Amino acid sequence: MTTGAKQRAAVLGVGQTRHRSRRTDVSIAGLCREAVDRALADALGAVGKPLLRVHTAGSVGGATGLVATSLVQAGVHRRVLAVAFEKQSESNAMWALSITPPFSMPVLAGAGGYFAPHIRAYIRRSGAPGHIGAMVAVKDRRNGSRNPYAHLQQADITLESVLASPMLWDPVRYDETCPSSDGACAVIIGDQAAAEAAQAGGRPVAWIRATAMRTEPTMFAGKDHVNPRAGADAAAALWRQAGITDPLEQIDVAEIYVPFSWFEPMWLENLGFAAEGQGWRLTEAGETEIGGRLPVNPSGGVLSSNPIGASGLLRFAEAALQVMGKAGAHQVPGAAVALGHAYGGGSQYFSMWVVAATPE
Amino acid sequence: MTDVAVIGFAQAPTVRHGEGTTSGVEMLVPIFAEVLRSTGLAKGDVGFWCSGSSDYLAGRAFSFVQAVDAIGAFPPIMESHVEMDGAWALYEAWVKILTGEADVALAYGFGKSSAGQLRRVLALQLDPYLLAPLWPDSVSIAALQARLGIEAGAWTEAQMAEVAVRSRAAAVANPRAQLSGEVSAEKLLGQPYVADPLRAHDCAPVGDGAAAVILASAPRARELCPRPAWITGFEHRIDSASLGARDLTTAPSAAAAALAAGVRGRAGREEGPPAGGRGGSGSGGPGVDVAELHAPFTHQEILLRGALGLGDDVRVNPSGGALCGNPMFAAGLARIGSAAQEIMSGRADRALGHATSGPALQQNLVCVLEAR
Repeated sequence: MTTGAKQRAAVLGVGQTRHRSRRTDVSIAGLCREAVDRALADALGAVGKPLLRVHTAGSVGGATGLVATSLVQAGVHRRVLAVAFEKQSESNAMWALSITPPFSMPVLAGAGGYFAPHIRAYIRRSGAPGHIGAMVAVKDRRNGSRNPYAHLQQADITLESVLASPMLWDPVRYDETCPSSDGACAVIIGDQAAAEAAQAGGRPVAWIRATAMRTEPTMFAGKDHVNPRAGADAAAALWRQAGITDPLEQIDVAEIYVPFSWFEPMWLENLGFAAEGQGWRLTEAGETEIGGRLPVNPSGGVLSSNPIGASGLLRFAEAALQVMGKAGAHQVPGAAVALGHAYGGGSQYFSMWVVAATPE
Repeated sequence: MTDVAVIGFAQAPTVRHGEGTTSGVEMLVPIFAEVLRSTGLAKGDVGFWCSGSSDYLAGRAFSFVQAVDAIGAFPPIMESHVEMDGAWALYEAWVKILTGEADVALAYGFGKSSAGQLRRVLALQLDPYLLAPLWPDSVSIAALQARLGIEAGAWTEAQMAEVAVRSRAAAVANPRAQLSGEVSAEKLLGQPYVADPLRAHDCAPVGDGAAAVILASAPRARELCPRPAWITGFEHRIDSASLGARDLTTAPSAAAAALAAGVRGRAGREEGPPAGGRGGSGSGGPGVDVAELHAPFTHQEILLRGALGLGDDVRVNPSGGALCGNPMFAAGLARIGSAAQEIMSGRADRALGHATSGPALQQNLVCVLEAR
């Protein structure tokens, strides 16, 4: 092995829990075990093995998937299990994020209170019509009703019902906000030999074509909270590595971290799927629905299930399921190349990968 | 194995009550400057950053997001964080270099233990359903381990005191140590118990601190450092989180990590190179000259010497070790940095750095370094 000789890596298996508000029937370990059992034929304990605990705020699930990928790409291990979880019913994430540490700007009222001003800035800058956020919520919740693992099952949701739901953090309404979920996700990443063995056995894999991580500070003079440079830089590096020159044409489906509805158009621009100020037009034209040019969050996304620690890995896992052809009722027909995306902190940590049905 | 070396190390003075905030920034800015200066690198030359810290010390969610302010991360950087000792951040950085995505990486760890009552904070790392609600503090758990070892004949209180005497004497030469000085075992053994059979000298002092280590791949390492500390084995393993399921007088994860990293045990001295272990990164070779062991309690140094198979001819903790300064989430990284310093300074040809995490040596990491 020599430096720079990056090994190929692929997703061999994916498991997740049926995400719920409260899983009082299991412990945190039991919740993880459910996801792991669904990813592995025989679940393994970590005793006697190396275990690394990644933590990058809301992007932690994505970052964990990428560190696991690096372990295979570096040739250190042949198979790595990535597990991510959250049991929100045993804590209170919203108020945990609302304390006022000394020398820090208070978040005030959870993540929604922090991000609402950034969304208002997006609407002002882009001139997007006010109903775009509600359109995203309707799409994601309806998609979630096609995913048996999704926490919220709202097949009957309508634009009118979303617009009629209470305003929480203007312009974010109750129905445009992610739920609080208990849930876990597990992903097995293997090397080329393991992936080829799986394929030979008739089990599809998702080849990891590209990965990217970028970080910038939470706050600094000149920070663009609407279109953060760390996200744009990560996307540019990702597309370059994957040999993608026109992401809107070349990506078949995207699982993007959208905890509040308006982040769909914002991240479409940040990721380079649309020019600045134009992302909402893709949403408004229905292009992000299943059947559109770029289906976004066919799983229902973070708006349908939000076990926070797992939400990023769920995006990565759902992207893999799409190119493996194993997404069931929310499968995008013919999906061959997919994006998984996560962000965390004050829009400062970004992790993403491109997975595909073939290695090149 | 790919050639990656430690080329720089810096640590903040470990102090009982630091002046800075829980973000670590006030401790990190000076040591970033120091370690970059020692290698002649600029901030922009670092291709990957990785940190280790814990929200539990800070008593708030996402405390590590502000540590990034110590870097000045704009334009954006490639960066990651582990909720573990910075030694595991170094491991992640090593992996990143092996993938070829970076050729220079900086790992750091920081902890402000004085922000809370460390003994109680560390109780929260235990099983949240059955153990943590009882609030068994970290010193009491270590005392249970020490007692079991005494009863098993693995060590004595006098041997434990000798570890403290040797550590404090060694720390006289380490300006970043929190404790140092010449003391006698007799005097120490006359002191009262803190948690029977542990006395104050058996327990690492509580302190605030930070450490930073720079890694580089082969060509860069030779350019930037006259005598790089080449990594020949880098392994970590974990034992059960359930204290009742473990034999606390042993550390199987430490022994397994050492074996895979290519540390020659006592048996190996006569019988040739050790088995590399499945998937082991270690390349074998002669025994180490010096070892920096992350043993926050005196008996744990004795336990680790046995688990790692270190002979009496190995110099242990010339820095004074964690018993003379144990900044949480940085002390393990500082052990590897100190071991590398032994090589970079020419005092050793082959060195071992060890880090631990979790209660009673649950998780262990071994990094073997050599001069070439």
